[in-house]
Amino acid sequence: MKSITRRRLLWSVPFATAAVAGGGFWAMLSGLKSGKFDPHEINTPLLNRPIPEFHLDVQPPGMVFNPIILRQINKPILLNFFASWCIPCLLEMENLQKLSSQIDIWGIAYKDKPENAENFLQRNGNPYRYLGNDLKGSVGIEWGISGVPESFLIMPGGMIRWHYPNPLGEAAIHQIHSLLRKS
Amino acid sequence: MRLKMVLTMIMGLTFSFSAMAVSSPDEMLPDHHQEKRAELIGSKLRCLVCQNESIEESNAELAKDLRKIVRQHVAAGESDHQIMEWMVARYGNFIRLKPPFNKLTLLLWGMPFLALIFSGMFIWNLIIRRPSPQTPLDEKEKHRIAELIKDE
Amino acid sequence: MLENILSPEAGHFALALACCMAGAQFILPLIGVQTNNRRLINLAPALAWGQFIALAFSFACLVTASICDDFSVLNILQNSASDKPLLYKITGVWGNHEGSILLWALILGICGAVVSSFSQNLPFSLRARVIAILGGSAAGFELFCLTTSNPFKRIWSAPMEGQGMNPLLQDPGLAFHPPILYAGYVGFSVPFAFAIAALIEGRVDAAWGRWVRPWTVLAWSLLTIGITLGSWWSYYILGWGGYWFWDPVENASLLPWLTGTALLHCALVVEKREALKIWTILLAIGTFSLSLSGTFLVRSGILNSVHAFAADPSRGIFILILLAIISGGSLLLFAWRAPNLVQEGIFAPFSREGAIVLNNILLCSMAAVVLTGTLYPPFIQLLTGQSLSVGKPFFDTTLTPIALLLLIGMAIAPLLPFKKARWQPIALPIYIAGGLTVISAVGLYFYAYKILPAIASGIGIGIIISAIIDFIRKITLFQTPLKNSFHRLLGLPRAYFATHLAHIGIAITTLGIVGMAFSQQKIVEIHTGETVHLAGYEWQLSSIQQGIGPNYRSIDATIAISRKGKAVTWLFPSQHYFPRQRQMITNVAIHTNLIADFYVVLGEKRGSNNDPLYILRFYYNPLAPWIWLGGFTMALGGLITLTDRRFRVGILSKKTRKPSTKAKQA
Repeated sequence: MKSITRRRLLWSVPFATAAVAGGGFWAMLSGLKSGKFDPHEINTPLLNRPIPEFHLDVQPPGMVFNPIILRQINKPILLNFFASWCIPCLLEMENLQKLSSQIDIWGIAYKDKPENAENFLQRNGNPYRYLGNDLKGSVGIEWGISGVPESFLIMPGGMIRWHYPNPLGEAAIHQIHSLLRKS
Repeated sequence: MRLKMVLTMIMGLTFSFSAMAVSSPDEMLPDHHQEKRAELIGSKLRCLVCQNESIEESNAELAKDLRKIVRQHVAAGESDHQIMEWMVARYGNFIRLKPPFNKLTLLLWGMPFLALIFSGMFIWNLIIRRPSPQTPLDEKEKHRIAELIKDE
Repeated sequence: MLENILSPEAGHFALALACCMAGAQFILPLIGVQTNNRRLINLAPALAWGQFIALAFSFACLVTASICDDFSVLNILQNSASDKPLLYKITGVWGNHEGSILLWALILGICGAVVSSFSQNLPFSLRARVIAILGGSAAGFELFCLTTSNPFKRIWSAPMEGQGMNPLLQDPGLAFHPPILYAGYVGFSVPFAFAIAALIEGRVDAAWGRWVRPWTVLAWSLLTIGITLGSWWSYYILGWGGYWFWDPVENASLLPWLTGTALLHCALVVEKREALKIWTILLAIGTFSLSLSGTFLVRSGILNSVHAFAADPSRGIFILILLAIISGGSLLLFAWRAPNLVQEGIFAPFSREGAIVLNNILLCSMAAVVLTGTLYPPFIQLLTGQSLSVGKPFFDTTLTPIALLLLIGMAIAPLLPFKKARWQPIALPIYIAGGLTVISAVGLYFYAYKILPAIASGIGIGIIISAIIDFIRKITLFQTPLKNSFHRLLGLPRAYFATHLAHIGIAITTLGIVGMAFSQQKIVEIHTGETVHLAGYEWQLSSIQQGIGPNYRSIDATIAISRKGKAVTWLFPSQHYFPRQRQMITNVAIHTNLIADFYVVLGEKRGSNNDPLYILRFYYNPLAPWIWLGGFTMALGGLITLTDRRFRVGILSKKTRKPSTKAKQA
């Protein structure tokens, strides 16, 4: 290669690098707008794995949340972490109610006093088939959640198929439906 | 294997500042050496709800819980590696402030070497002398420049 | 009265006017140079000044609105409150996105005005092009301010009270950190403008290097002070002694600092040896581009950080387009024009310029590592959907070896002459400095059993010693009579002291960082009157009081520190509760004796009201103040360079116009 061509190539490298970075930024920005790119997202290593071992501290009377039964379910269920002190959880309650007619929802009250969780559900309606309490947040850590609300879609046999670390909105419910149809 | 050994050696050399945000004395392990170890492990774990802070530096609730878990595991006699694995199994590689060396992070870890080689090449290329046409300075400009740098 | 003249509408109008003038400042001189129309070119300085005055007026309007608590202005409503102290009403103007962009534009305007006033000495076309490019960049930012982040936006039915400012930001350290930091970022627009003008002209020579260097030094010094202040702020505000977090915002300021430092050294080679020209141009473009992209990344929401402003993708897109035009355009111009620039000086690797090449390789590699580490997580997320973190342990691991090499180079380089160095004259100083380096490193290792801090501090001491030896050699102290030495001392150029001072600054910072590795701490839960022993001192919690401030309630502790019963000092850590924001701020108390910091944090109250216990964190941080002392020393070195007589190009203009006999000799 002639040296002048080589030099020209070499001196285009900064521009090429900047152009690639710029293209990346553009894709990120459009992803941010459309919701496809989220720099805060933490993907859970639990995806497509069996549900983790965990132990619930307190069981409210009546609706017993049993981790062993969760592992043996024969239809898909949605597991939802929530707390009475969490405002986004309040926002997703309406969607959870609607969803509860189509799929069983199991709820875990994260770092919440049982009576507060109870009151919260009485006030805002209870979408949960079963309810458990995670007083100290240790169950949350076993499931790798970083806050509330978070939801997991669990398939028969206890496989985790889908994870959503935000309040459930239209787009998330759409994803759940399409996953349910596939199974 | 060799590379890994060299890398571990370099890593072993890095500063380990023992700063802490432990918010109360009852969080700490009674054994001084164990507490130091827990701090070191904690400083490599990202506080998930904060930005770029380790769990040792953060006052977030979750960071506090994770600090406690790290200390429980240290007290139970687990190795650093085991504790790290436990965390990664739950939160993925996101929790590691120092990402592992794998296919995905090849460029990241290779960057220091690549940068040294490439910037060296780039500059070397510039030092090599070559003739090239340039508009010569006219007399007035030459005189002016001579004046400007006359202090040399 | 004043607020009627300096109304938000007037400010908005002045901003629009400044934007128009900046546009004209960009276009008219360029047309003038192309068509050889002197009248158009001569408009450039006037336009630059006009733009600056309009911006200053606009900024004054925003400050007035803030001082007068005009809550009908959305920006003031969201970031201020009537009970906020006056100082923070003024400095709070740039504590938010809109105001900070206006400040950014204002500083760019100042740069344009100052350059146009101090550049009468420049070749005609170069000057016109430099001012034009500064105008173009300013126009972009003013347009950004007007379209997507208008600080003067009014709202209907203004509320009686504002929402207040984040109490963490109500701090004198943070009040002055942004303007200085921005001045650093924006200051690099001047070398950038010079680089673009040189690319258009197709000529770079020693004089170019000399014109660019003072601006680079000034911008670099301000950036150094800005970063130092920021780091100091996190040290005393965040409450656990951390001073650098490798947070994206910090990295965004470190990147132009690294490449700016490289540029500083490179421009010297251009000036002295007419070599490395193309590389210098690239660094000038790269440094300003990095300053700009830092702003972009932080404000677009792509990288989120503790310090981030409210992120907004539409703003991000605007800045990205601006960035594409400014940086993309200039890099394209570089790729096209650089091959036509001539490279002259060849040089021996073992020489000052050889050492500067090494310095550049190392600094740019560090910058590349920081950049990669900062951008890796979002890019991996984009390409694979995986989430990763790159934090302090990564940067420490990868950058420490490179930084140590750089420090070693720094100890030796100032001893080398330009052109070609011989080993013999520098052998003795290197043996002495090297020997002392090894001795102190080994000694420290056996003192503390920590390898890396021992090596780093050994090299730090080596840098200082090598500077001292060089100084003794230069003034031939002990070899010639004292009087002679004194004359030589007076004869040394100020730039000589500046170089050594800046390098010693780095050494001081290094020693400070090393010292922090030996920090001792204790966390305790104690009653008032109890004493804790740490680092050979007695730390006693003497009393706890409640108080009320202008917009907060406080709990104040008094800590008496003594050594063997002799009082050393009192410290007053406190907690401030801001009811408006429902936020608790912990105020660290620090006492420094320049050898170490005594650092106390007041924590939670425990126990019953009758028998309260307080959690306290005590830190003894050896050499901690040196971290910032070194930073300020570096900046001082830079500022002293500016006073060197060889640098006063602009001021010199009157003298050089007269025929000089010396010039003929040169």
